[in-house]
Amino acid sequence: MDLSKLTAHELTVKIDKGEITPADIVQSLKERIKGADAKNKAYVRIPDALEAQVETGKADSALRGVPVSIKDNICTKGYNTECCSKILCGFKPPYDATVIRKLKEAGATIFPAKTNMDEFAFGSSTENSCYGPTRNPWDPDTVPGGSSGGSASAVASDEAIMALGSDTGGSIRQPASFCGVVGLKPTYGRVSRYGLIAFASSLDQIGPLTKDVRDSAILMNAISGHDPLDSTSVDIAVPDYTRALEGGAKGVKIGIPGEYFAQGLDKEVKAIVEEAINKLRQLGAEDAQVSLPNSQYAIPVYYIVATAEASSNLARFDGVQYGFRKADPKAALIDMYKGTRREGFGDEAKRRIILGTFALSHGYYDAYYLRALKVRTLIKNDFDRVFSEFDCVVTPTSPTVAFKIGEKAADPLAMYLSDICTISANLAGIPAISIPCGFTRKGLPVGLQILAKPFNEELLFRLAYAYEQGTDWHKMKPKL
Amino acid sequence: MYEAVIGLEVHVHLNTRTKAFCGCSTEFGSEPNSQTCPVCLGFPGSLPVLNRVALEYAVKVGLALNCRVQEYTKFDRKNYFYPDLPKNYQISQFDLPVSLAGFLDIGPEENVKRVRIRRVHLEEDAGKLIHKDEMSLVDFNRAGIPLLEIVSEPDMNSPQEAYEYLTALKSIIEYLEVSDCDMEKGSLRCDANISLRERGTSGLGVKTELKNMNSFKAVKDALTFEIERQARMLNNGETLLQETRLWDPKGLQTVPMRTKEEAMDYRYFPEPDLPPFMISREKIEDIKKGIPELPKEKMIRFIKEYPGISEYEARILVSNKSCASYAEKLFKEWPDRNKKPVANWLIGPLAALAAANNREIADTNITASNLLELIKLVEKEQVISNLTGKSVLEEMFSTGKPASAIVKEKNLAQVSDESALEEVIAGTIKENPNSVEAFRSGKENAVMFLVGQVMKRSGGKANPKVVQDILRRRLKDA
Repeated sequence: MDLSKLTAHELTVKIDKGEITPADIVQSLKERIKGADAKNKAYVRIPDALEAQVETGKADSALRGVPVSIKDNICTKGYNTECCSKILCGFKPPYDATVIRKLKEAGATIFPAKTNMDEFAFGSSTENSCYGPTRNPWDPDTVPGGSSGGSASAVASDEAIMALGSDTGGSIRQPASFCGVVGLKPTYGRVSRYGLIAFASSLDQIGPLTKDVRDSAILMNAISGHDPLDSTSVDIAVPDYTRALEGGAKGVKIGIPGEYFAQGLDKEVKAIVEEAINKLRQLGAEDAQVSLPNSQYAIPVYYIVATAEASSNLARFDGVQYGFRKADPKAALIDMYKGTRREGFGDEAKRRIILGTFALSHGYYDAYYLRALKVRTLIKNDFDRVFSEFDCVVTPTSPTVAFKIGEKAADPLAMYLSDICTISANLAGIPAISIPCGFTRKGLPVGLQILAKPFNEELLFRLAYAYEQGTDWHKMKPKL
Repeated sequence: MYEAVIGLEVHVHLNTRTKAFCGCSTEFGSEPNSQTCPVCLGFPGSLPVLNRVALEYAVKVGLALNCRVQEYTKFDRKNYFYPDLPKNYQISQFDLPVSLAGFLDIGPEENVKRVRIRRVHLEEDAGKLIHKDEMSLVDFNRAGIPLLEIVSEPDMNSPQEAYEYLTALKSIIEYLEVSDCDMEKGSLRCDANISLRERGTSGLGVKTELKNMNSFKAVKDALTFEIERQARMLNNGETLLQETRLWDPKGLQTVPMRTKEEAMDYRYFPEPDLPPFMISREKIEDIKKGIPELPKEKMIRFIKEYPGISEYEARILVSNKSCASYAEKLFKEWPDRNKKPVANWLIGPLAALAAANNREIADTNITASNLLELIKLVEKEQVISNLTGKSVLEEMFSTGKPASAIVKEKNLAQVSDESALEEVIAGTIKENPNSVEAFRSGKENAVMFLVGQVMKRSGGKANPKVVQDILRRRLKDA
């Protein structure tokens, strides 16, 4: 039995029966990684990690010592956390992110290798990593999506049992869609951001990437909740999400926003998503057309708000305290700053820092940042209006399936447009899940996105689980 | 003729136990970087959590300065690169500060000058750079200490008014016990904006921002220098630059730092890591109730309740809270209606002694009851002379002993008994025939010389009034 192929809930049964130990799972994963990762490149700094002594969680805990793989932008005490950027090379945080602490408390094993990502989560393909691109296990010539492409690829290829990613504009859901796994972006404030190296503070959320919906609920149970260390985390009780799974699709009111099925949507993807909606209908859900008219502004709003916040969040990487420093003892301060940032940041990071700096500049603030905040409110109002009548909104997760490595690398705007379906959820602060809903003729996975009102992750799990139970997409495995 | 237009920006360290956005201690003078954590070091992934006490202190100061306290307040990021700023942005407040639109009255009561306060906002302090040999080191112990910025309107017209504003502001903040206001430790800092205009006009000239003044006197000196410099340039028909200048305390001059063109764009935007804060009306009322009697109210009450105290004296006594309560204790216990003698001792000998030893009036080991006893011995019982009283006070200062004990120990009591003085007086008359002759021939002053001689012979213990009476009598009789 290859334990790496199992889900967390399958493994916990085996642990409870005394058939396996947490250490067996770690061993199985290490072997899987040795076999698959040379090609897949889902993890970074593999050699160190595979030699490291892994401290496994306890078998009698909630997570029974099941290993969780962590994106490289979530701080793990004593283990490198570099955001796949040269500027943070060698950075070992002196503390654990709150989600890591919670996972340890729940008995998870923190897998020592970190998963690959676009530098500082800037990207939709995991090509912008200082460690090079990750491959999509369904077709190694295509990208796994991004920025949590390492986590998605690892879960899809059984190099991970489950993983954490972060989602600022779709960075969990889009790679989940591209790799055929389940990815959830929680409500803003549901999961603590303490220890997540910030990209855009008002949009970032940590969330699970898993092989099925039940594992997603299990992982959410462990990481959710108010954190006094994160002032933007919300003090609302966390339900047992696994109890929401069995609710069924019957009577769930689904809004289908026409704007998300318009131009730019791949025909094959469109047909597959419509078929999935049809399936939900058969399962008893009721659907109707709705309108989210301001979603058309989501991309420009996002690229102003997110880059503005990023330009400030990334200012601290200056070579003074930690990470990479362009060291020339004779250089003036300004030259150390310039040299460190010029050599430490990749092109996309520089592009976004410049965009954001411009958007906040004197004389431009009102026209860009302030206006973007106002439109952001309009986008949120659209959802509020729809959710006053509907339980959820269903859309494609991405307008296309995984694209070829290098295909959009030279065209930032085309790359930015691949997040067109996911960005609104971040701007509105609402939860959204992506689940596998079919494959194209070329064998690439398609994702279905479900969005709900704030703090109603339970509805997402309920509907997603009902769909999953009625289909077999989540059981498909890539041939590696 | 020009008129100076002056506005001040004062930064005050709040004396909260912990920093503004983390749990690190704010204690001064510890081992460098011993009071730091991932949050105040700006480590990746760390997040700020507001210290509610700091917010309450800020509200308290706003209320004491007659400001409109905002029920809805938020934080913003001020972005600039500097090695003492761990995140390369400072968490500050931009458009919705804690308090807006207050005022502070300065000057004498019959001619009060009202200086409007534009805003009071809360922010975090930066660390400290230490330049050593070829290296620059950073101490982040100070980084994240809550800092209150109090910005006045350009309502002051002379260096003296700026000085009075600073003194009054410091006094209020000390009364509120939210800061030690120690400029030497950097817990109070002041920048000044100054421009000149033709007297009688209302426009504003080109302003200079002055930095690096390390005392109130330096503020006054820098402003005085700058007024002269600007006036000279204007008189010569030169064009003033809008610029920031540094006070050079050694050269006693201001030197250019940067011009407006070089000014930084701070790219303020709302701090996304801290949601806006609501401060309820009830909470504001609660904080208001905790505000003690402030210096000005206390001064007015002193004048009213304690006859013999002038506004000038009351102002000095209330400028420091512990001094005011020390004085008030003495006023209450002084048996006479007229409290003037007490005020004289406080502002005169005690203040001088305290100042000479770098202490506050209420911060010596002379207790209020010991001082009261001394004042009684001099002013009411006339057991010792004023002069002896002053030396007893010094003895009290260095030993902490009560006045009566010192008088007894050193046998300082005045001799008023005529029979005990007879012999000394007789001897003095015998030895100073010239003075005696002078007095008798009508030179009144000669008697004072003889009194002095008697005092000398008695070791200062003779009661000079009694001595004079006896002398006059004896010289006329003979």
